[in-house]
Amino acid sequence: MITFKTFTGIIAPLDRSNVDTDTIIPKEYLKSIKRTGFGSNLFDAWRYLNNNDSKTQNIKRKLNPNFVLNKPPYNKAEILLARENFGCGSSREHAVWALSNFGFKAVLAPSFGDIFYSNSFKNGFLPIRLQAEEIEILFNYVKLTLGFKVTINLEEQFVETQDNIRFIFNIDSSLKTCLLEGLDNIALTLKYSDSIHRYERNRSKVVPWLFREI
Amino acid sequence: MNYDLFSKMKTLYDKLWDDHVVYDFDDDTSLIYIDRHLIHEVTSAQAFEGLKLANRKPWRVNTNLAVPDHNVPTKNRKVIDDPVSKIQLETLDKNCKDTGITKFEMFDPRQGIVHIIGPEQGASLPGMTIVCGDSHTSTNGALGALAFGIGTSDVEHVLATQCLVLKKDKNMLVNVMGQTGKGISAKDIVLNIIGEIGTAGGTGYAIEFSGDAIHSLSMEGRMTICNMSIEAGSRVGLMAVDKTTLDYVENRPYTPKNDEWENAVNIWQELKSDENVNFDKVVEIDATKIEPQVTWGTSPEMVITINDAIPDPLETNDIVKREGYKNALNYMDLKPGMRFDDIKIDKVFIGSCTNSRIEDLRAAALVVKGKKISNDIKLAIVVPGSGLIKRQAEKEGLDQIFIDSGFEWREPGCSMCLGMNSDQLQPGERCASTSNRNFEGRQGPGGRTHLASPSMTAAAAIAGHFVDIRDFQ
Repeated sequence: MITFKTFTGIIAPLDRSNVDTDTIIPKEYLKSIKRTGFGSNLFDAWRYLNNNDSKTQNIKRKLNPNFVLNKPPYNKAEILLARENFGCGSSREHAVWALSNFGFKAVLAPSFGDIFYSNSFKNGFLPIRLQAEEIEILFNYVKLTLGFKVTINLEEQFVETQDNIRFIFNIDSSLKTCLLEGLDNIALTLKYSDSIHRYERNRSKVVPWLFREI
Repeated sequence: MNYDLFSKMKTLYDKLWDDHVVYDFDDDTSLIYIDRHLIHEVTSAQAFEGLKLANRKPWRVNTNLAVPDHNVPTKNRKVIDDPVSKIQLETLDKNCKDTGITKFEMFDPRQGIVHIIGPEQGASLPGMTIVCGDSHTSTNGALGALAFGIGTSDVEHVLATQCLVLKKDKNMLVNVMGQTGKGISAKDIVLNIIGEIGTAGGTGYAIEFSGDAIHSLSMEGRMTICNMSIEAGSRVGLMAVDKTTLDYVENRPYTPKNDEWENAVNIWQELKSDENVNFDKVVEIDATKIEPQVTWGTSPEMVITINDAIPDPLETNDIVKREGYKNALNYMDLKPGMRFDDIKIDKVFIGSCTNSRIEDLRAAALVVKGKKISNDIKLAIVVPGSGLIKRQAEKEGLDQIFIDSGFEWREPGCSMCLGMNSDQLQPGERCASTSNRNFEGRQGPGGRTHLASPSMTAAAAIAGHFVDIRDFQ
């Protein structure tokens, strides 16, 4: 897995609350059995004008000129800025894959849907919780400066503007390590195989019906 | 005061969590054992692929249960219009064959929506940890189980290790006090709760639903409520085990039998929060005041009672919320002050993991019996939650009641809840739906969704617009 490094990137403003995973990647585009290729359908209904058109190749579809990600320099943005409860709704990890496939590395919002938040860390993608007031300040910055950039430093847990204003964020240490080191979570768990076997042996004596075959 | 005594008191969630800790790490996370893994075709393909690429095998093959539900056709089982849907269904077939995982085929009467068939088969039991790559897995929590949705990376993790690395949620109690009035269903209760606490109200919490109104519900109703925990922001919804739970679970195919049943019951009876245990957050709802609920916007928290007018964004001082209301009104093509009488419905959907159990179908059939759907309705469909529910409904003659009134009677699946198959809204169409999400484009690009209970939705089909079920003749 890729490791998360400090970077400076353009912020794309998406001034909406409750952006759900159906909106991030509509179900018409969930049908791939791979983890890639979802980027061109990120925010599909907002991004294209003919949004009832999952049969046509994306490249032949008409873009909505008013949608933020279609306007340079935001088509090259690496950081998304949104309002509360970003990524609410379904558990589809495709939402994270789509953001990541597009080129986003992080999203800043006051709060996130729980499952989206947890899925992000499995994909080298960083959701950052800031105070609603801090998010408001960033929206104002973006309004004033086209192509406004910030630096995200995960190790020291801050987002910094180019005039050196810092927003500190909290993150669980396990999730931070996971991103910084790009760990294989399954391999880590398998190191505890003996504990899992021991748990199964003990537990099957108490509740044997949970260990019957389906 | 004896603090030791207090520290030993546990919520139901605490008990289920503690029973499943394999290992406590020193960073606030724990390795949690997963008893049952349910699988469907949309979120599993990449997990199986990952497993194969890393040359790993499922840890405990025979605790997984797979079923196709999202992409299956509900009209003619043999015709799958979308070749990509077909690939996804075939990929699930192949992955289950390769690994030896049990799967209910599309033509098996036990097939149905994954969250319906778990409890129906006794594959979901009290005291279990249950996961599935689907956020509505919380449905199973109604049995007194710890059940929650996971992403595809976690699906792979569970397949490979039978465990997940998790941080414990905080405890929330939603106490629904008193009894609901006539015509009020579990769906109205849960929509009311979501309206009260908001779609992020439960974020970071495991919600236990309790109180007189919850205890009086059937298992079907309880599942409707736990199902929509995620719409209140919480991935976990739970309810204590009581006689209703045990009566439901007894004699299902995978339920323990004979002596083992007696042992199980003894253990399951402890699956409730200790009296006077402290919750991190408590929400109290007065059941006697709950009226029939209908959503008007594009988030489940945008919900009002049937007799309310569509809200005016200017009534709120919160700028972010005001913008959200404006966007929703615009998308839904509604104006502040409008009444449900004035809002014409195009399509009607009775189904989904929220409301497609036998009791839901009975409630809807009772409303439409002997009546015809409005001429303005272009399509009204009933999609039972499983093949077994469909059979039961047919035995009771419900299918004929629906057909006689102008509904189509379909094969089980997720169907128009999210329209991954060909059951979809066209742009601009407005739907009365018993499902769980009214997000933009959820039922089809440009489609507009109003969520309500089965009886309210059925009455909307007859009237052509939502009406108060309490006055409906």
